[in-house]
Amino acid sequence: MASRLWAVRAASYLRISLRNRGFATVIKDLKYADSHEWVKVDGNSATIGITDHAQDHLGDVVYVELPGEGAEVKQGASFGAVESVKATSDINSPISGKVVEVNAKLNDSPGLVNSSPYESGWIIKVEINNADELKSLMEPDQYSKFCEEEDAKH
Amino acid sequence: MAVSQTRSMGLPLINLLRLRGVPILQQLHLEERLLRTSYDNWCIINDGTTKPTIVMGVSGKAEELLEIESVIRDEIPVIRRFTGGGTVIVDQGTIFVTFICNKDAFPDLQSYPQPIMSWSSLIYKKVFQGIGDFSLRENDYVLGNHKFGGNAQSITKNRWVHHTSFLWDYQTSNMGYLKLPKRAPEYRQARGHLDFICRMKDHIPRSNFIDRTIDAVGSHFVLTSADLEASQSPLSLNFEPSSRLLKREELEEAIFKSRARRACAASAPQAS
Repeated sequence: MASRLWAVRAASYLRISLRNRGFATVIKDLKYADSHEWVKVDGNSATIGITDHAQDHLGDVVYVELPGEGAEVKQGASFGAVESVKATSDINSPISGKVVEVNAKLNDSPGLVNSSPYESGWIIKVEINNADELKSLMEPDQYSKFCEEEDAKH
Repeated sequence: MAVSQTRSMGLPLINLLRLRGVPILQQLHLEERLLRTSYDNWCIINDGTTKPTIVMGVSGKAEELLEIESVIRDEIPVIRRFTGGGTVIVDQGTIFVTFICNKDAFPDLQSYPQPIMSWSSLIYKKVFQGIGDFSLRENDYVLGNHKFGGNAQSITKNRWVHHTSFLWDYQTSNMGYLKLPKRAPEYRQARGHLDFICRMKDHIPRSNFIDRTIDAVGSHFVLTSADLEASQSPLSLNFEPSSRLLKREELEEAIFKSRARRACAASAPQAS
């Protein structure tokens, strides 16, 4: 009970909406792809990572394959991978653009993707090519429902 | 536009490609190419490869995983493959079974590592029914508590590959090229290689395993025989696979790193 109360207070501080079942969280102000990546837009820049739903289902991440700075990423296409439980899983970009920064901390601490998927576990930052692409992404509530439906099917 | 048939009698179609003695690097290139450029489901069975070869996972570090000086001395090839997971040494005794599938082949199967691994264990549970005490234990295929196959996977947006190298038989001396891995399942309990693994040939004849595997695959798919030519497509012509042979210079650099690590560890202040 005490840990649940702590989680609620922490969630409130971090502006996280807690789900009623499980612990997969969805953050307001982000947009989401159906391949379980999130994007945070700030002007012409975007930060990209994988969602809490993804990290929970992937298991402990032991390695992150990062693109080089300057690489082009395309909406829906793979730009890197995470390794977990003997599997590499593609990370697909929610938006097209040019990579301006990668999270080098993931080289030594790949587990940040699990422990902090929306904050210190971010993966790349890009300069956006076409802001219209954001319209095809899901809002937080839509993504939340999408995850529930996916999990209910299996 | 013609729509290719993807299901028959409610089961997904799969192309069965039977190979014999194909070099493991060539097999890995084929698998990655089919994963990335094909729209079909594939089951590839390679009955043994050529000479002993070490195959590390995508993030494998030679200095941590291999007895590099012996590997270089004996000129054992070392490959880094495109899938995750640990290190194996494969040879003519190894049997390889690979599944490359569309996510929608099994709509009820979530394309994450553990569900796919669990699905694959259903196939092998059938293979070993009445033969051995098979189970999937902490992501390893075991008979009793002895591992007999190395598994790994790669998952893309719409497809996945699950491949296994089965230790039907192996040379004891080859295991000496592999260090004890830092990341090991709990059930291993710090056992050395020879106490941890077992030979499948002590449980099942080779052709019997392959035949029973094909039968088990047939309970999940409708099988169509395919050949290597069928695996080629216009999309695959420009594809560049990522699995590769490590160069001698890379292995020599790994020796240097390994020695540097040992020197650091030796000179670190002891905890009081």
